[in-house]
Amino acid sequence: MQILISTFSQGLIWTILAFGVFITFRILNFADMTSEGSLTLGGSICAVLITNGVNPIISLIISGIAASIAGLVTGILHTKLKIQPILSGILTMIALYSINIRIMGKANLSLLGKNTVFSILENSISLLRDNFTLSAFILGLIICSLLILTLNLFFKTQLGLAIRATGDNEQMMRSQGGNTDFKKIFALMVSNSLCGIAGALIAQSQGYSDVNMGTGAIVIALASIVIGEAFLKLIKLKNKILKSLICVVLGSICYRMIIFLVLNLGMNPSDLKLFTAFVTAILLGIPHINKLKLKS
Amino acid sequence: MLKLNNIYKKFNTNSVDEKLIFENLNLHIKKGEFVTIVGGNGAGKSTLMNLISGSIFPDKGEIFIDGQNVTNLQENKRAKFIGRVFQDPLKGSAPNLTVEENLSLALLRDKKRGLSFGVHRNNRELLINELKNFNLGLENRLDAKMGLLSGGQRQAVTLLMATIVKPKILLLDEHTAALDPNSTKKVLELTDKITSNEHITTLMITHDLDNAIKFGNRLIMLNNGKIQFDIFGSDKKCLLNRNLSDMFKI
Repeated sequence: MQILISTFSQGLIWTILAFGVFITFRILNFADMTSEGSLTLGGSICAVLITNGVNPIISLIISGIAASIAGLVTGILHTKLKIQPILSGILTMIALYSINIRIMGKANLSLLGKNTVFSILENSISLLRDNFTLSAFILGLIICSLLILTLNLFFKTQLGLAIRATGDNEQMMRSQGGNTDFKKIFALMVSNSLCGIAGALIAQSQGYSDVNMGTGAIVIALASIVIGEAFLKLIKLKNKILKSLICVVLGSICYRMIIFLVLNLGMNPSDLKLFTAFVTAILLGIPHINKLKLKS
Repeated sequence: MLKLNNIYKKFNTNSVDEKLIFENLNLHIKKGEFVTIVGGNGAGKSTLMNLISGSIFPDKGEIFIDGQNVTNLQENKRAKFIGRVFQDPLKGSAPNLTVEENLSLALLRDKKRGLSFGVHRNNRELLINELKNFNLGLENRLDAKMGLLSGGQRQAVTLLMATIVKPKILLLDEHTAALDPNSTKKVLELTDKITSNEHITTLMITHDLDNAIKFGNRLIMLNNGKIQFDIFGSDKKCLLNRNLSDMFKI
């Protein structure tokens, strides 16, 4: 039971990252590599702030704001300097590697014995006392629910609708009088701030921040998104955005369960990234493989 | 309404592919005029549209819309008072958004898009009424994804998107070229209905000389970036396809 809850809570925390990647990858149609850097940026800033005695919740918020600046940089590289999306993201991500080491002063920073959002929750509710797994689960559940509600509402606003249209057909948005540059930058900032918050929470839950914690994060997020899309047909909901967001949560939890299973079956942990990349490639390719089959 | 003064436009300046499109082009279009534009490939028709819409900028010269100098105004800012329908039906609407969402965005064309709800229940009746006028059965498909509509239906909706907030100028860039004869007829009829009902100043590029004669109250023939032929009023009404085809051969 404890293991199951732990898997769920891992899945929920990583969902925040998947939401961020979902915004760029699926809504804006922009393969944003910045996510890997901003995840670590969030983790580093949060770790430094907490070790300096700043309240963990405030640290979380500051991490999100800082990571949104990373999105701003990528956005400017792409819209103003006309660098391709993938390359803009890679440039920011690589730059962030050095910045993150500067921020932490070294390659990793421990949060052992420090106050975190999880320990605050553990200490304030007697039922959760000394139960990290359960409090992580509850916190993840609260944050994910809040995010689903806010993002669902946001993408129904005029601005949110315009961002969706920009990702879908940029030319149309421009000829309808929309400033597509602003919309792309805005979406990138929202996306990266979510990645930063995810990084901050991950650092707090694992008890340290590491300069390499973001490596492969985007593939994990993509895996969650594409696994989640398998649920799209199973959920009967008219609201497409809400449905997609719920599927991202399910996908993220499923991904964690799969990882838990293969590790228990004896897979070498260092092979996990290969495994994740393989699964993601297959899942991304399935629609195309089906098309090929239909043709022949 | 629309004034183009001494426009120069060159592509690939200082290279072997340098191509001079417009040299001292002057064009004045009055309010409410429906101008059909004909001309061979490379005559500068699309460049003219792109200059007016702001997708490209002239090397020299000035463009005025309704007295306002828009020569250096960005495309998206100009779009607030220019409606545009492209040749490709896929270009004018977002395929993964519903018909209602697409039209709702178009309703906000001249406004800032803020944080209030994008799709309003109150607008639904207005949209249904507008779509009913089209007689394409689109009024029942507000919740359908745009990408599921046929080319003709998409182009009809795009036309509505371009005109639902009355533009000062409507640009139609061969907007029926990709449609079958039936849809072409339908979309052209809709175009005529909307522009004459609302008295929208319109520029329509077409390769079909019959349609160029049939629609609009002024006809311009472009050749090598020059206005070779400009006819309006009662003269245009008497114009025959034969006359126009002869002009083409010059």
